[in-house]
Parts: sequence; structure tokens; C-alpha cells
Amino acid sequence: MSSEQPIISCKDLRKIYKMGDQEVHALAGVTLEIKQGEFVAIMGPSGSGKSSLMNLIGALDRPTSGEMWINGKALSQMSRDELADLRNETLGFVFQQFNLLARQDAFHNVKLPLRYARKPIADLDARTNECLEMVGLASRADHRPMQLSGGQQQRVAIARALSNHPRILLADEPTGALDTKTTAEIMELFQNLNKQGITVVVITHENEVAEYASRQIHFRDGQIEIDSANPNAGAALKRAHGG
Amino acid sequence: MKFGVASSSAVEALFSNPLRSLLTMLGIIIGVGSVMVMMSIGEGARALIDQQISSVGTNLLTVQPGGIQRGGRQMGAGGARPFSEADVAAVAEQPFVQAATGVLNGQATAVSEVANWVTNIQGGNASYFTVNNWHVAEGREFTEQESQSGAAVAVLGKTTATNLFPNGDAVGQRIRINSVPTEIIGILESKGGGGGGGMGQDRDDTIIAPLSMVRNRITGGNRWVARHVQRIQFLVQDGYDVMQAQDETSTMIRARRRIEAGQADNFNIINFADMIKQRAAATETMSTLLAFTAAVSLIVGGVGVMNIMLVSVTERTREIGLRMAIGARGGDILIQFLVEAVALCTLGGLIGMAIGWIGVFGYAQVSKAPMVVSPVIIFTALGAAASVGLIFGFFPARRAAQLDPIQALRYD
Repeated sequence: MSSEQPIISCKDLRKIYKMGDQEVHALAGVTLEIKQGEFVAIMGPSGSGKSSLMNLIGALDRPTSGEMWINGKALSQMSRDELADLRNETLGFVFQQFNLLARQDAFHNVKLPLRYARKPIADLDARTNECLEMVGLASRADHRPMQLSGGQQQRVAIARALSNHPRILLADEPTGALDTKTTAEIMELFQNLNKQGITVVVITHENEVAEYASRQIHFRDGQIEIDSANPNAGAALKRAHGG
Repeated sequence: MKFGVASSSAVEALFSNPLRSLLTMLGIIIGVGSVMVMMSIGEGARALIDQQISSVGTNLLTVQPGGIQRGGRQMGAGGARPFSEADVAAVAEQPFVQAATGVLNGQATAVSEVANWVTNIQGGNASYFTVNNWHVAEGREFTEQESQSGAAVAVLGKTTATNLFPNGDAVGQRIRINSVPTEIIGILESKGGGGGGGMGQDRDDTIIAPLSMVRNRITGGNRWVARHVQRIQFLVQDGYDVMQAQDETSTMIRARRRIEAGQADNFNIINFADMIKQRAAATETMSTLLAFTAAVSLIVGGVGVMNIMLVSVTERTREIGLRMAIGARGGDILIQFLVEAVALCTLGGLIGMAIGWIGVFGYAQVSKAPMVVSPVIIFTALGAAASVGLIFGFFPARRAAQLDPIQALRYD
């Protein structure tokens, strides 16, 4: 494991927001490595900096100082367009509020990243259907978000995140708007995807959710408080089935 | 492929809020409609002028006595001393004159064995036919000798001939014009209505007769001037500047009428082509006014489009953020909103064109003026609409493209 190059690497990341005269240190020096194939849960109270870190890892935002690498490439050296391509090709996002396009059906929502892809893709429609099948919604391809339940919408969003073969799946409170049973279904889906080799990073403040991850990182005041392995990662799955 | 994303989402955006789209398009609709009507009127007027000028000729000048001042009042045209046949000869002798004729006209009642018909009668020299671009369809013109001697012969316009002789065969027959027995020696080729002298008047409803005959039998002589004519018409030779001919003729006539330097002319020289052009200028003015309306409408419409696109960008900030998060580049977003603005304007343009088309035909019905709708007009109108979309859509689209992904995603 130690010889492997980390897929995500952060060095002394700082993010400072100006709120009027005050400076808020959302991230106060974070150094972190995540290896290919890991399932990481990032936890902590609100305002602890976990979302700020997620935005930086997701190439949506730039740090005030520090450097980060994804897949060995330094993000600070990349242009806006290169960051967009990185988000398209390497990263997949899952949001708490799903962020599906309301006027388009599930199929077109899932297809959207493929249509923005710069690399030629053999068969967009086939790949789209494949992704919908992966999340068990092949039969709902022509449904609009409004016609789907919360759990189904989140699964469409996951299919969308998967469509362009990402190496990293980033989920920001993916179950925050879902009930307990649906939460378990979604987390199992993440676990399955992780087993197929996709690196998964989930932000959550629920311990039940974090239990699915093989590594748990706790944030407090913009810094890493605890970074620990979770040997019981499989147990949550069994518990969910048992309950 | 990026264009595909943009166009599908543009159409979708258009129809997701049809009322708003329609209201936004209103300025464009009016603008494009005006462009259509304006260009059609302009081209129609140009066609009409060309037709009129070609029927009259651009080198025809007419000289007539001017009004005279009496006690500060302007008397009507022709109040001054009339011209005589000597003046006609003097005009004709100028080196640049191709042909000249004196003209007398009056009303005449023509009676054949089967009908009678009130029409106008034109007296002229033999060159009257050449000068006025008349051609004889049947029979012959009268000669200069007949013109001078006042022979009782006449050439009939098509309409007059048809009315007097419904069964045809007018040439060689005798009619009485104001009780004077007259032999018909020819029938003119038809010129059709609407051309030359007055719009809407039938130019074929006329009789042309020798100058002396009309003076002796119809209009009567003038108390002060022997062998008078009401006006002189002449053709300027091809290649000679008409304005120059007008100036030289004016100088010559001033000398003949002994008008001293500093005194005003008591005659007018009328350039027919100029008159037509002046009438055309009125149409042109209307066309210009419409062009102005069109430009203003398009600009106002464009601002409306820009406004609604800015609203749309703001409303869809989260959507833009999401599109960026899943890999849309700034350029993709720019194209998406540009295509939307252009689609909005082009659709407005199509509606405007349909309405403009109705306007064009309505105007053509009312004014009887020819209107032309050519492919050039259609492409110009649509091009104008699309350009407005491109120009006024650019600023909102660029604003969308430059949004910060994370701020856009968090916007609510």
C-alpha cells in the first residue's frame, strides 16, 4: 500500500474567507493522502472545514495557500478549462440536494457529463443505460426527477456521477435528505462501487453513514482531529440487513 | 457535440416559459416586421420608378409659361405669355435637341356612327409621337405638313378607339370631333395605365391631332400670340447632360422673352424624370422612417432579450454550477446561453416576418403600389434578428460562463 502513489494528495491546505473585517480560517493547514481504492468518510461538526476540503478536492474551488494533487497533477497549475476537464473525466459528484435538471428525464440527466466530454465516447446512449442499470433504475429512464422518490433521484445522481468512468466519487452529505432505509441502500451502492475500484470520499455527520467507510477522518476547526481506519466497515452492511 | 447540448437546452428553455419568451420577442417581432415592410416598400418603389422612367424617358424636358405676379399674388401656372411655334422652332434648333414639339390640349367630344366619347385631345407637331414615346399600332402618324396646315386627321389611343368603334376597323373611318369631321389615320400602341403623367389615369384614353387643327377647331387662338402653343416638349440627345440642356434652353428662352438679368423667369422647365424621382423621394422618406423604427425596435428588443437573459442566468445559477461541476467548460456555458438568445430572436424574427408579410400585402392592396418580397429581404430580416440575439446575448452569456463553479452551485 505504501508504495502506491496517492490518488488525492493535499499539502498544508489553507482556505481563508473574508467575512467583513474578520478572516475565517475554514481550513487551517490540512495535509492528507488518499490512496486509490479507499473508502473515506470525512466527519465533523458544521463549520469544521469538511465541505471546504471537499470543494478543493473536487476542483470546484482554489485554496488560499498550499498545494494539492489529483492523480499526480498539481491543481494550482491548471487552467479553468483543464479543471473542468478534470471534473468531467476523473471526478464524479454526488450532492445532498441531488442537483438533477428538473426539466430533463433520468436518461438525459445521466447522459449530460458524456455530452460535455472532450474525449470521444463510442456509444453515449449505451453507456447511459449501463449506468442506469448499475443503480437499478433502467426502467425509470424516461422519468423526470419530480416523478421519482428521493432515493431514486439520488441514484440517478450517482449514475450521472459514474457515467464518464470517474476514478474518484465525491459525495457531500449524500444521504442528508433521505430516510434511514434509503440511506442504507445508497451507502451499500457506494460500497459496491468502491469494491469495483472507485475511490469514494463521503462527507457526513452521521456515524451510521461513516460506518460504511474503511477510513474515518474527523475535522475540527479546520484541521484533522482524528484519522483512523475502520475495521468494522463490513459490519454496517450486515447490521443494515439485519435491521 | 457541445453545440448539441446547447441547442437542446435552448429550445427547452424557450418553451418552458412561453409567455415570457413571447413578450421578450415582441420587440424583435416588431423590428423584423418593420424591416420586411420597409425593404418591400423600398424595392417596390424602385421598381415603379424604373417602370415610369422607362415609359417617359429620362431625357424629356417640358417648357411651359410660368405664373405671373400681380399685386403680390401668384397667378396660376400658364398665366404668363404663352409660347409660339417660333419658340418651338428655336428650341428644336438647339444642337443638343433630338426632337421638339409644341403641345395644345383640350377636351373633345368625339362622335362615331355608333358611339360618342368625351376625352382629351392633344395637338402636336409630327415629332409629338417621338417625343412622347408613342408608337402607332395601325395606320400612320400625321406628317409635319399636316400639322402645319391643320389637316382634319387624328390618331386615336387604344381606349378611345375601342369606345368609338367597338367592332374595330377604326382606321380610315370618319368621326366628328367637336362637330369637325375628321379622318382617323392611326391607332396607338397601348401604354397601359399608371405610367408617366399621372398615376391611375388611362394614358390610352386620348386623341392626338395636328397642332393647327387643335388650335383652329378646338382650343381657339390666343389674343396676343399668334400660332401659340401651351407648352414645348423636347428630347435631349443621348449622352448630353440633361441639366446642362435645361440651363442652356433656359438662357435661350430668357433672351427670346427679353427677361433681364436679375428678373425672375416667367416660364418653367420641367424635368419629368426629376419629378418622378421627387415622388420617389417621398416613398424613400417613408422607407427611411420605417428603417429607423425597425432599428429602434430591434435595439429595444435586443435590450429586452439581454434583460431576460440576465434574469435567466440568475435564475439558473445553480444549474450553471452543476453543469460546471460535471465538466462543462466556460465556453460550453457561453454557447448554451448564446444559442438560447439567438434562438429566441430567430423565432421572434420568424413571427415578425409572418406579420410583416401580411403587412406588405395589406399595404400593396391599399396603395396599389408594387411591393417586392425577395429572398434577400427574408435573409436580411432573419439575419438582423439573429445578429441582435448574438450581440445582446453575448453579455449575459459571458456572465454565465465566468461564474465561479462553487459559488454558482451554492447560489440560492
